[in-house]
Amino acid sequence: MTLLKVEQLHTHIHTNKGRVSPVRGVSFSIEKGEVTGVVGESGSGKSVMSQSLIRLLDREGNIEYNGQIHFDNKDVLALSEAELRKLRGNDISIIFQDALSSLNPLYTVGNQIVEAIRTHQSLSKKTARKQAIEFLRLTGIPSPETRFNSYPHELSGGMQQRVMIAMALVSKPKLLIADEPTTALDVTIQAQILDLIIQLNTEFEMSILFITHDLGVVREICSSVKVMYLGQIVEEGPTETIFNQPLHPYTKLLLASMPKLNSDRTEPLPAITGTVPSLSNIPKGCSFSTRCPYATDLCREQEPPMFSNDGQRVQCWLYDEEKGGWLD
Amino acid sequence: MLTYTLKRLLATLPVLFVVSVAIFLIIHITPGSPAATILGMEATSAQIEAFNEEMGYNRPLIEQYTSWVSGIVQGDFGDSLFMNQTVLGAVSQHIGPTLSLALLSQLIAIVLAIPLGILAAHKRGTILDTMLMSFSLFGMAVPNFLLALILMLILGVNLGWLPVAGYAPLSSGLINHLTTLLLPALSLGAIQAALITRMTRSAMLDVLSLHYMRAARSKGLKERTLLIKHAFRNAFLPILTVIGQTFGTLVTGAVVIETIFNIPGLGQLIINSIVRRDYVVIQGVVLIVTLIYLFINLVIDLLYGVVDPRVRLDRKE
Repeated sequence: MTLLKVEQLHTHIHTNKGRVSPVRGVSFSIEKGEVTGVVGESGSGKSVMSQSLIRLLDREGNIEYNGQIHFDNKDVLALSEAELRKLRGNDISIIFQDALSSLNPLYTVGNQIVEAIRTHQSLSKKTARKQAIEFLRLTGIPSPETRFNSYPHELSGGMQQRVMIAMALVSKPKLLIADEPTTALDVTIQAQILDLIIQLNTEFEMSILFITHDLGVVREICSSVKVMYLGQIVEEGPTETIFNQPLHPYTKLLLASMPKLNSDRTEPLPAITGTVPSLSNIPKGCSFSTRCPYATDLCREQEPPMFSNDGQRVQCWLYDEEKGGWLD
Repeated sequence: MLTYTLKRLLATLPVLFVVSVAIFLIIHITPGSPAATILGMEATSAQIEAFNEEMGYNRPLIEQYTSWVSGIVQGDFGDSLFMNQTVLGAVSQHIGPTLSLALLSQLIAIVLAIPLGILAAHKRGTILDTMLMSFSLFGMAVPNFLLALILMLILGVNLGWLPVAGYAPLSSGLINHLTTLLLPALSLGAIQAALITRMTRSAMLDVLSLHYMRAARSKGLKERTLLIKHAFRNAFLPILTVIGQTFGTLVTGAVVIETIFNIPGLGQLIINSIVRRDYVVIQGVVLIVTLIYLFINLVIDLLYGVVDPRVRLDRKE
């Protein structure tokens, strides 16, 4: 069953200097219980795209959306402010990268979790408190009764992230957006948090949209992957296929720049040349053409459409069947 | 908390020392003397000599200073040269109106400024925001005596709603007390309000752009909860600082307003004493005002700990 269906989503932000579009025509869907990864460099629009799904940025600036977002039979882009509040934190929750700066420093973690519970359920403070402690326990926080009264700065980074996860789960959301939840943590804690997320995925049958730039994590936990570049999904498909047979030059380069255990350490790690162009200066044609080693005149002139083959979809002229088809 | 308070109280001693030396020197080095004022133009130099001898003004400055300070340590600020009163008596007589005025002005300022500042931040970039900010800029630019005269003219003379000047002590009834204070308090408070509105707006804008506000919004909280519970309490620390500082200036700096409205406050006391070269009173009042200032700062710092748990923790060490 399809839980979320996004079609041709554009997010435009109007600023004093004009309009920028961090998300430019993204289409995808997420099935119930599916763990989907979104990878891409900084500035590829992953975060804005995911926050657009609950229109989180609406109040922070002059934002305009085009396209369609359908979540659980709701047309998200047509929802009123009050309906959006029911969606946020209730049907769709987000956990952010930096847990400490995502928690209000002036309130105990218990206060903030109880607040999340009582926003969506009419429970007494006492019951909500009990529930909050249960969720803290569920996320593996030792002695949750005392931790309930701790302030965010009194907890370690891993604990803070567990608190964020507990807070995101209190309403048993249908979709959890995890926006680089482990980037700020060290490797052992990272592994524990990933295990926790996967355990919750099976326990609550919760779909997860996992945003990261860590390809290793994607391979470990996601069943499908979307690769984003400059606000577009340039390639998507099942995780195994993308890792074994990447098609888009960008995906290939991303995978090649990943260190491997058996790689020659005297050789420098391959890197993608150049930097991501700025949003105010998006290249004509294919957005990756400025950095792509295979770019042709066609790439620099005309934006490629999506070509699909066996569940794998790629936005690159190299795979145009009329012009020679699937090169390899 | 207790050790911190004690430490802070101890730390005020050096400040008081420096202030006392400075005020003592300024007064004694400035030309003009109490003898000339009291004895008049026709006094002979022998009379002046005798007067100084009697009051001890011909002793070395260090000697005069130490005898003044040793008096203060025993709780004796000295006697006024002109009024038949001790310095403490004069201050306690004049401090009531000043404190009442300062409190009422600050109350008016806070009640006006904080909601308006939050509103301006919430509606950032809209016409309402621009209007509020232009208004507050105007408020900061207008000198308070001008505003006082305008208010006096409109509310006091033309409409006749409030008494134009004068002061009724609290003992004459709260209503009486407040009606006489309302005009001066409005003149002072409106200008404080302009400052605090701007401060509130900018502090709120700083907080509203922080990560935890976005995270809180992602929980589906109501806009009001976000603004008040999550944003305002965080924005309150810098606002509190400004409130504390302006309260200090209200206690000491309301001289002009007190003169315009003929309020027998500290301002009047200090001006009269300066004109008469009443050394003892000037020194005493300045020192007492310094104490009040330090006390307000201490209260503000302790309030930080109440608002922000991180400050509380730091203080324990």
